[in-house]
Amino acid sequence: MSIESLIHPLIGGVLIGLGAGLFMLSNGRLAGISGIIGELLGRWPARWPQSLAFIAGLPAGLLLWQLLSGKTYEITLTHNALLLIPAGLLVGFGTRLGNGCTSGHGVCGLARLSPRSMLATAIFIAVAVAVVSLKQALS
Amino acid sequence: MKTLLALLSGLLFGLGLAVSGMADPKVVQDFLDIGRIWRGDWNPALALVMIGAVPTTALLYGKAKDKVPPPSREITRRLVLGSALFGLGWGLVGICPGPALENWLADPFALVFLLPMLVGMGLARLVP
Repeated sequence: MSIESLIHPLIGGVLIGLGAGLFMLSNGRLAGISGIIGELLGRWPARWPQSLAFIAGLPAGLLLWQLLSGKTYEITLTHNALLLIPAGLLVGFGTRLGNGCTSGHGVCGLARLSPRSMLATAIFIAVAVAVVSLKQALS
Repeated sequence: MKTLLALLSGLLFGLGLAVSGMADPKVVQDFLDIGRIWRGDWNPALALVMIGAVPTTALLYGKAKDKVPPPSREITRRLVLGSALFGLGWGLVGICPGPALENWLADPFALVFLLPMLVGMGLARLVP
């Protein structure tokens, strides 16, 4: 394991924290991504310009990474639609039902020491670990 | 101004997801696959991201406390069931909502995840 593979996640984490913190300070809102998208899927609230701006910043962040590093961002993704489609439905439905995802419950909720978010985070990590382990055992 | 700062917030957040490797589903899955701890090729990236992100957010939250609504304390069946369903989908492919909004730029096939995710979010609105 290279030192970079440890430093990059830490730096990335600090950047995520700065983004979440700036959103709180400037807009008085939590950077809960599923919540922000979910809100835009309903009747648009008065604060839609800020919601849309935050959401647009995410893909722009990847483009900025490419610009700064001079590299193309590469990912390893399954191209099995029979896996991607149900997974997408579950992630979308589950995060709205549970009122948060890795950003809202995981980052913001834990930072605010919210017991609700601690429970939610423990549940989705435990279930995801179980699913990956099961997939591993079956393959 | 508020909108510009919201864009900057999203940009920092999105850059962080890219820098940390969280936009790559493989990095996330290699973290969730804890069997790798014993096989010696576990990827701790997600834990390191949280170590960087949570204290930074907490520090700034301390300064923004009077601006942000206080956290709800209610533990509901919705919270538990929703989080479990999210974990199920997340474990299947290793993508959560933030990375889903940017990784389609790296591989457009990721839209096959993103669009159903938006449908799923819409469907959740129908639950009373």
